[in-house]
Parts: sequence; C-alpha cells; structure tokens
Amino acid sequence: MVSTTPPTALSAGAVVPDTPAAPGGRRGSARRHWVGWFFILPFLVVFLAFLVAPLAYAGYLSLYTKGLATGTTFAGIDNYKRAFTDPSFLHGLWFVLKFSLVVIPLQVFVALAAALLLDEIVGRLARFARLIIFLPYAIPVVLGSLMWGFLYSPSFGPIEQISTLFNVQAPFLLSQGNIFYGLLNVVTWQWAGYYMIIIYAALQGIDTSIYEAARTDGATARQIAFRIKIPMITPALALILVFALIGTLQFFVEPKVLGPIANGTVTPDFTPNIYAVTLALQYAQFNYASAISFSLGFVVFLAVAIFMFVTRKRGSLFT
Amino acid sequence: MRLTKTLSVVAPVVLALGLAACSGGGDDGGSGGTAAKPTNCTNKIVKEDAPRVLVWAWYPNMAKVVDNFNNQHTDVQVCWTNAGQGQDEYSKFQTAVSAKKGAPDVVMLEADQLVGFEIQDALVDLSPYGANDVKKNFSEGAWKDVSQGDKVYAAPIDGGPMALIYRTDVFAKYGITKPPTTWAEYAEDAAKVKAAGGPPFGDFASNVPAVTTALMIQKGATPFQYDLADKQNIGIKVDDQATKDVLNYWADLSTKKLIGKEDQFTTDYVAGMVGGKYATYVSAAWAPGYLTGAGVGNGSSKGKFAVAPLPQWDPASPVSVNWGGSAFAVTSQASDKAAAAKVALGLYADEASLTDGWKTQTIFPLNQSVLKSDEFINAKVDFFSGQTANKDIYIPAENAYKGAVYSPFTVYYYAQLQAQIVKLNAGQTTGDKAATDLQNALVTYAKSQGFTVK
Repeated sequence: MVSTTPPTALSAGAVVPDTPAAPGGRRGSARRHWVGWFFILPFLVVFLAFLVAPLAYAGYLSLYTKGLATGTTFAGIDNYKRAFTDPSFLHGLWFVLKFSLVVIPLQVFVALAAALLLDEIVGRLARFARLIIFLPYAIPVVLGSLMWGFLYSPSFGPIEQISTLFNVQAPFLLSQGNIFYGLLNVVTWQWAGYYMIIIYAALQGIDTSIYEAARTDGATARQIAFRIKIPMITPALALILVFALIGTLQFFVEPKVLGPIANGTVTPDFTPNIYAVTLALQYAQFNYASAISFSLGFVVFLAVAIFMFVTRKRGSLFT
Repeated sequence: MRLTKTLSVVAPVVLALGLAACSGGGDDGGSGGTAAKPTNCTNKIVKEDAPRVLVWAWYPNMAKVVDNFNNQHTDVQVCWTNAGQGQDEYSKFQTAVSAKKGAPDVVMLEADQLVGFEIQDALVDLSPYGANDVKKNFSEGAWKDVSQGDKVYAAPIDGGPMALIYRTDVFAKYGITKPPTTWAEYAEDAAKVKAAGGPPFGDFASNVPAVTTALMIQKGATPFQYDLADKQNIGIKVDDQATKDVLNYWADLSTKKLIGKEDQFTTDYVAGMVGGKYATYVSAAWAPGYLTGAGVGNGSSKGKFAVAPLPQWDPASPVSVNWGGSAFAVTSQASDKAAAAKVALGLYADEASLTDGWKTQTIFPLNQSVLKSDEFINAKVDFFSGQTANKDIYIPAENAYKGAVYSPFTVYYYAQLQAQIVKLNAGQTTGDKAATDLQNALVTYAKSQGFTVK
C-alpha cells in the first residue's frame, strides 16, 4: 500500500499541469511562466537579501585586510593563504575532522540499530520508545548542552554523586583529555533520535510483501535486516551522513555553551566556526573572519563532494 | 570590572554556563542611532525635553546611579541600557565601532580595554571637556590607567586593589596561625594544609588571565610598552624571568594539587567557595560584594572570611597590583560630545551613588572624596566579620598602585594567556615554555596587525 501511493500521486501530478495548458496554447504557457516567478518571488527576495547578499559582502570583505595599526588595504587572496597556514584554523579543522570521523559512524550506528529494532516491534511500547529516542532532538541544542553541563558538573552532578558513593574522584568530562568524549556523548544523544526517525520512515516505506517473500524463502529476521532492509534504505543513510558531515564540520553550539564551565578547554580556536566568531566579534578582524568562513565553507564543500563521489553507486538519491 | 566578576552576580540564580549561553542572543541594547534621540531607555527620564545621552553600563546598582544623575540634572539626561557585562558588551561595542554606527554615547569599559578602542579612534579625548577639573579626585595610578600622555579617555569609577581573602575556619583547622605574607610562605602553607588532608589552598584559574597578569607585574614584569602617540610601535615582553617565575610558581602548586585549577565564577566554583573548598582567594577589593551576591558569606559560610594584604615576593619592597575596575568613556560616535562628556564625568561621581556602591561592596571607589571619608575608612566590613578592611588592606593597596600599561589587543593577549594556563594546569608545558610561546604568539599577532615590535 504504502509503496504504491507515491507513484500514483506523482503520475497524477505530472498529468494535471498539461491539461489546462492545452487550450491556452503558447500564450498560456508564457503567462504560466511569469506566474511561476511571481510565486517564488517572496522566497527569491528573502533568498537574495539574506543569503546571497551577505555571502557576496563577506566574499568582498575577505579580499581586504585591516590591521589595528594600519588602514584597510586590498589583500587579494592573502587572507586565504594565511587561513590555510594559520595553526589556529588548521587546529580547529583537524579537531572537527577527527570528531566527524568518530561521531558520524557512532550516531548513524545508534540510529540504525534503534530504527531496525523499532521496525520489528509494534504496539504501545514501540510508540513510547520511538518518542523517547526522538525526544533529545526536540530539545533545543543550547538547552541540551546546558543540561549536560549540569550532569558533568564536578560539584553537584550525578557523576560526582555516584563517584562519591564509591569514594573515587569523579572524572571531569570537559577536561582537556576528556572533552572529545564529553562532546561526543552530547552530540550523539542530541542527534541520534533525529536520524533514527529518518531511517525509521524509510523502513516504513519498504513494501512488506518483500519481507513475506523473503520469509517464504527461509530468511531469518537478521538476514532480512541486513540483506533487505539496510540495502533498501541506503539513500536515507546517505542523506543523514551528508547532514551529519555538514553539521559536524560546522560544530559550534555545544562547545560554545559548555566552554564557560570547561576550565578553559574550549579555546577561541576550538573549532573553525568558533574561531571565525571570535575573530570578528572579539578581535575586530571582520576581513580575516570572512576569509576563515569561506575557507571552512570550501572544506565542507570538498568533504561533501568527496563523500558523494565515494558513495555514488549506492546513494541513488544523489545520482 | 572583569567579565568573570560580573558573571557572579547572577550565578546563584542561573548556572554560569547558562549565562554565557544566553548572553549571545541578549537584547540588542538600544538602537544607538547617533542623531536620533534614544527612546528605549531602561530608566525613567525625569526631564523630557533635555538632550539624552545613551549609556551602556552593567554596574549592579546602575538603576539607582542613573536616577541620581537624572534627578540632579536638568540640562542633560541619561538614557541607560545594560548591553551585557564585560566581554559581551565589548563585542557589541567593537561591532558598532567597526560598523561606524550603533555605538552608545558613553560606554563603560575596564581600564585594560581602553587603549584597544583608543587606537581605533573610537573614544574621545575628554581633556577639552573638563576632565582635568576632576583629576584631583583620583590617585595618580587611577588617572594613569585612563590617560595617554595629556589625553584622558575615560573617567575612572572603581578600581580593584588586590589582596588575599582567606577562610578563617580552614586556617584554624589546619593550624595556619597567620596569613602568609610572602609567596614562599603561601606555598609552604599550601603544602601544610594539603599534608594534613585539607582542601586546595587556592586556585590557578584560566578564565581570569587578568589576575595572572597582575601577579606577573607584581614580580616585576612589564608585559607591554605602548604609547598611543607612537601608534605603530609596541614593546612586548612576556618572556622575561619574572613572568617565567610566576607561571612556574603557580603551575608547580597546581600540578602538585596544592591548589585547584577550576575556572572562577562558575556555579561549581561558587559552590566551592561556600563549602570551604578553597582556603584562600587571591582577589580584588570588589570581590566581597560579588561573592555576597553569589550567595557566599551567607548561611553556613557566614563569618568565615577575612582578608590580608597580598603576599609579596620581596617583603622589603612590596608591590601593589590591581584587578579590574571600570571607567566611563565617550565614544566618537556621540553626536553631542559635550553633553556626553558631562555624563561620563558626572555619572557615578555623586556622593549618594558612590556610597551605595561601596556599602554594597560592588565597587571599590576611586574617588578621593570617598577614599578619604571617615565613614569609608573606618567601615567595619560585614563580609569580613567586621574587619576594617578598607583602612587596613585596601586603601593602602590602592594608594600604592602605580598604574599599568596595557596593549591595544588585550582580548587577544588574554585568550593566549588563558590557553597557556590550561596547558600549565594540565602539566603539558612549563612556565618557561609557556612564556616563550606566549611571547612568540603576541609578536606574530602584533606584526600581523601592522605594529613594529620594539
């Protein structure tokens, strides 16, 4: 049922526009063309004013340089050369790349496991579990981070209380050696539920008669999961991997919020985005901050391009 | 005032991290159009038709201070907005300076931030507007902190002479009979308390780099040499022996776990202060007011605090240092500079406001009229169980303060020092290496900003 409905809708959608166009002839289609522009106009205005124009302005800014003791001078691509040799930028970039390599597989694994389980069970418990797993995503990232800040607290958090029971020193999960894992936990907690819902929706879209056929052929539940379900939802997996990659490379909110209680571990160049904000708003280097932003954008673009190239055979969504 | 100090005001109510999170998206702090009359004032305007001066400030008792000013003046009125505390406000002001619009007429700045804005021509020299008439109200050091040669860029309000706050109960329990007078004694006492199973003796916090800077200066370091008249040239010296010694000293205490390494003014830190987790607190004169506001010194921690002069390296030639303290500056975006200067020089300079400020201990006033008043001198400070802290500790410290020279990129310097303190606390670097790395980072940065490093 589920799988047959979308094609019907699509084919209906394809037919409908043609019908009124037939009597109007060429003039009708020209008017329709104009009407189309009219409909996207509100979006177009917002798009140009709040995305294209700021981008163009930032691009323009990034070509100049301004020192405290000097005026503004044209710098060409010097800011970009500086960015890719700036230890602060490279250090932040290295951190988010490392972080992506660990956090993305982890959260996709958690999301996939949860979705496959939820797809198997039915009833009230399943609905409840689905809601609970999704819930962290419904909590704003800032609030989620604040909450974890409390949980990690070395003075009154539960970790401290449990450690006191066993008379051991509580580990501080935001210390220099631990913050990677501390953030890993927060991000996975926050996003795995969201990815789970995407995967779950994709699983629901699979025609159940395929499972029936598989069972008739003697497939076990495990074989169905690994041989049928996962291959059939690879487009959804590819989609969430791209989402996760873009999001993680732009890592900002969680370290920014947890920074003030992390005893200085979250430095002003902790991630490229934090570095760009610090440069612009604290060091008054809007030009260089723009160049950093564009450089980060370039790295994100490159990473996604590489990812899509590597997964081009499976991810039918992008080909 | 330091950012961190102001954070503590609200710390009992909200988690400190919550504050930082909210501050980014805070209210936009006034339209700040230079020509248009500001209308969205936090305070009530007493005289409707008088010209209005838009002020950004974050003193906890600012509402009273503004009312006092407006009630006493018919020719000018203050329109006050709290645009955030410390760095939050500086970020907004910096953005307004870069955008060349949106700045207030008068802005509250800490002494260490002034030169960074002066060099951007963001502040107005107040000497043609009568600044020198009030010069006599301030000590030499206080005046030097807001001046560049003959030019005066702000009116000083409060200062932060430093001293050693300590817990009498912890000292008594572990047999420390008198507070340490030298840093060598401080380290000995720290070891003694630790050996007896006591709490950390103090704290080497990364988020108060201004404290570490003050302690470096106390040992004889001169981190920066800068004169605005010679804009292009700067002297940077943070890899001298004094700096190395101070960094080594604190790193040594920290890695031996004789002191803590927690950031200050977080909820965890305040909880530690209440619970006697730290035996001492190297801090400034305004600290009691802010600690009281954060809930320290009430209930179980009431009557547990006392204060002693800051320990010295060489008791024969004591050096007094300063942490924090703010001033009012007139911005170059102010449309009516004379009116703005009148506000900068007159706001928080009246007796009622100053008295309210020092009695609640949210400011340590720099105005000599207060510093020399019997009431202030002989005040028995509640927080210190009736100790006459002003007379015995803080006034002598303030009088001995010689002023300091700050760099035009204080924010950057503090960020770099903070990163080094984190590494020192983690045992990943030595004081010597941290000082050298800091020096190299600052020299590179200064050159990239177009300075010639002397």
